[in-house]
Amino acid sequence: MKKQPTTVPFRGTAEQEQQLLSVIEKYRGIKGAMMPILQEAQGIYGYLPIEVLKIIAEKTDTPMEVIYGIVSFYSQFKLNYDGDITISICMGTACYVKGSADVLNEVASELGVEPGATSSDGRYSLDATRCIGACGLAPVMIINGTVYGRVKKEEVAGILAKYKE
Amino acid sequence: MAVITSLDALEAVKAKHIGDIELPADSGRTRVVVGRATCGDAAGAGPVYDQLKKDIDAKGLSESVELIATGCVGICQYEPVFEVYGCDGSRTTYVNMDAEKTAEVFEKHIVGGNAVSEYTIGPVSENSDAASLENTEFYKFQKRIVLHNCGVIDPEKIEEYIARDGYKAIFKALTEMKPEDVIKVMLDSGLRGRGGAGFPTGRKWQFAYASKGDKKYVCCNADEGDPGAFMDRAVLEGDPHAVIEAMTIAAYAIGSDEGYIYVRAEYPVAIKRLQIAIKQAKDYGLLGDNIFGTGFNFDLKLRLGAGAFVCGEETALMTSIEGKRGEPRPRPPFPAVKGLFGVPTILNNVETYANVAQIILKGAEWFASMGTKPSAKGKGSSGTKVFALGGKIAHTGLVEIPMGTTLATVLNEVGGGVPGGKKFKAAQIGGPSGGCIPASQIDVEIDYDNLTSIGAMMGSGGLIVMDEDNCMVDIARYFLDFTVDESCGQCPPCRIGTQRMLELLDKIIAGNGEMEDLDKLDKLAGYIQTASLCGLGQTAPNPVLSTIRYFRDEYVAHIVDKRCPAHVCKDLLEFVIDPEKCIGCTLCKRNCPVNAISGETRKPHVIDREKCIKCGACITACRFGAISKQ
Repeated sequence: MKKQPTTVPFRGTAEQEQQLLSVIEKYRGIKGAMMPILQEAQGIYGYLPIEVLKIIAEKTDTPMEVIYGIVSFYSQFKLNYDGDITISICMGTACYVKGSADVLNEVASELGVEPGATSSDGRYSLDATRCIGACGLAPVMIINGTVYGRVKKEEVAGILAKYKE
Repeated sequence: MAVITSLDALEAVKAKHIGDIELPADSGRTRVVVGRATCGDAAGAGPVYDQLKKDIDAKGLSESVELIATGCVGICQYEPVFEVYGCDGSRTTYVNMDAEKTAEVFEKHIVGGNAVSEYTIGPVSENSDAASLENTEFYKFQKRIVLHNCGVIDPEKIEEYIARDGYKAIFKALTEMKPEDVIKVMLDSGLRGRGGAGFPTGRKWQFAYASKGDKKYVCCNADEGDPGAFMDRAVLEGDPHAVIEAMTIAAYAIGSDEGYIYVRAEYPVAIKRLQIAIKQAKDYGLLGDNIFGTGFNFDLKLRLGAGAFVCGEETALMTSIEGKRGEPRPRPPFPAVKGLFGVPTILNNVETYANVAQIILKGAEWFASMGTKPSAKGKGSSGTKVFALGGKIAHTGLVEIPMGTTLATVLNEVGGGVPGGKKFKAAQIGGPSGGCIPASQIDVEIDYDNLTSIGAMMGSGGLIVMDEDNCMVDIARYFLDFTVDESCGQCPPCRIGTQRMLELLDKIIAGNGEMEDLDKLDKLAGYIQTASLCGLGQTAPNPVLSTIRYFRDEYVAHIVDKRCPAHVCKDLLEFVIDPEKCIGCTLCKRNCPVNAISGETRKPHVIDREKCIKCGACITACRFGAISKQ
C-alpha cells in the first residue's frame, strides 16, 4: 500500500523533543542504530512527520534522503498521523479467502476513509494489514487493539457504531 | 538467583521445579494451563485466566493449584483453551471457554474433582481419556519435537525450561564437544533449514566455521512474513529459551560471541517473552560472559523488523540489522564468508533452531531416524515440520508432523477435512513463494524434494486449504499482488516483471484475457525466475505457474468462456433472481443501492444487468435464497 502524506498539522511538544534527543543520545556509537531510533521516535510521536525526521537527520549527521529512504521502505513506519480510532483489517491468506476484502470495503464506505489514510478530522484511520497470525479467527478486524474475529460484512456497521460517540 | 556454573547446579534447578510440571502422585496438587499466545488472547483467554486467578485466590488454593499462562496449545478454533493436569496423571482439555464456564469448571472439577463433560474436547468417561487433547485425531498423527514445550511450560519461567532438560545441550556442547563435533552432529542429523529453502544447517555452520575472522555473528530469522504462517510466533511465545540455547550452541560451533534475533515488530507477545527469557538466561549466567565457567562468551540482542517481507531473505535481513533499507545483496559472497557488518555470519530460522538442543542431547541418529531417507529422488528430509493449518479446514491450528507424512493425512485426519460438505480444491503451501497442490497430488509425501518436484515448495510452513468456492486465478493474483507490493524495487526483473504479470492477471480476471496471455505469463515467469537478484523474485512466479499447471481449465474458462467457475471474479459474474424461489417481497429492491432491481409486489423480481454494480446487497437481504451469482 502506498504511503499517504499527512494532512494533519504537526503538534509535537518540547517534552517529546527532549525524549527524542535522549533516544538519539542512547544509541550514539551503536552500530546499525537507525532502525531502533526511528522505531522509538515513532513510539514518542505516534508517526514520523518531516519535522521529526529533520531532528534525527541533524543529530545523527545522516543525510535526509537516507532516512527518508528507510522510512518509506518499511511498511511499519508511518508518515501519517494515526486517528484516535485505528481500524485494521487483516489481508492474510486465510482472512482473504474468508472474505476480508468485503469487510475492508464495507468499513471504507461506512466511514468514507480510504485504506492507508486518516480522516481529515483526525478521528479514524483505516489500514489493510498483513497477516496478524490469528488465522483461526478469519476474517479478523482490529479496532484500537480489540480483536473482532469471524467478522461478517453485515456486522461491520454494528461494530463501528460503538465507536461513533 | 545464583549463577549456574555446573551440571549439578543445573540438575538442582531441574529437581526443584520438575514437580511443578510432572505433579508427584501424592502431592494433591493441580496444574491449570491456559493457552495465552496471541491467538488465545485474541479469542478471549484473558478473562478466562483472570477468572481462574480470582477463584484460586478466593478459595486460598494458591499452594495446591498452580495457574500457568502458556504458549500456543495448537488448536486455534477451540480457543480459549485451558487444560487441567491432576496429580493422578490425568489431563483434561477444556475448549471454547469463557469466564462463566470457567467458574463452573473451577467449582466442579478443580475443587470438586469431577470433570465437566460439556466443555471438554471429547466425552469424559471412566475407561478412556477422550477428554484430553492427546487422544484426539488432531493429535494422533503429530510428533512434537519443535513444539514439545509449547502449551506445556510457562514460557516466562526459565526454571520450567530447565526442568524439561533445558540448557543441558549447551552444557554438553561446551564441556564434552569440540566445535567440529557439534558441526558433525548437525551434519549427520540431516537437519535442513526450516525457513523454506531447505539448505542443510550443518553445512551452513561448517562454512562459517571455516571462514577466518576474529568477529562472527549468529543471527535468527524471526521475521515470519508469509501470510497465513505463525509457526515461529508459536515457538517464540511458547518456548523462547529453546531458540536462545540453540543460538548459543551455534555460536560455539562457528566461533562467534555475538548474536541478533531479528523479530517482527507485529509480534509484541513474542518480543516481550524473548526479552524476559534473555534477561533470565543472563541472570543465571547461561548467556553473557564465561558461560558454565568455560570461558565462552555469547551476547544476544533483539532487533525489531519494521514490516518488510523481503527482510526474510538472509542478506536483506542483515542489511536491515545494519540499520539500512532492507535490500538484498548479490551472493556470492555468501553470508558465511561476508555477512552482517561484513564479517562471517550464519542465519537460521526459529524452527530450525528449535530442533538444535534436542539433536545435541539425543544424537544425530535419533533425529535422522524420523522423516524420509536420501534416495534417487532427493537428499531426504529428517525430523518433523510444523505447519500452520488454515483456510477451509475443520481444525485450524498448529500441527507438527514427521516428514514423509502424506498431505492427505495432514488434511483429512489431522485437519478433519473440508467443512460444510464442500469439495477440496487445492492446498497452498509455502506462501507467496510456494504453489498450489491439487487434489490429484494429495498423496504426496511431504518432504523438501517431493514438494519441489510437483511445482510447490516446503516454504516456512503456511498451509492454506481451498475449496470449490475459491477461484485459482484470483488466488494467483492475490499472491502476485503481495509480491508486487513487497518487491524491494532494486532489480528490474522482479520490480517490473511481477508488475507486468499482475497486469496480465488483472486483464484475465476482468474478462479481457486472450489465450496468448498464458504464454506471455509463462515466458515472463521464466525471465523473472532466472534473472532476479534474490529469493523473493526468483520464487514470485510460483503461485501463477503452479495454478496454470494444475488449473489451466479455470484460466481457460476466464479467457474463452468469460466465466469464473468458482463465482469469485466480480466482472465475470451475473446476479440472477430465481423466479421459482422469489416471492416478490421487495426486500432486494429496497436494498439495492443503484435501483437495478424491478418487479411488482408478490411477483418475481428481475435484476437489470446494465445497472447492477455486483455489490451483493441483494443476496444478503434475500431471506429465501432466491438470488445467486452465476
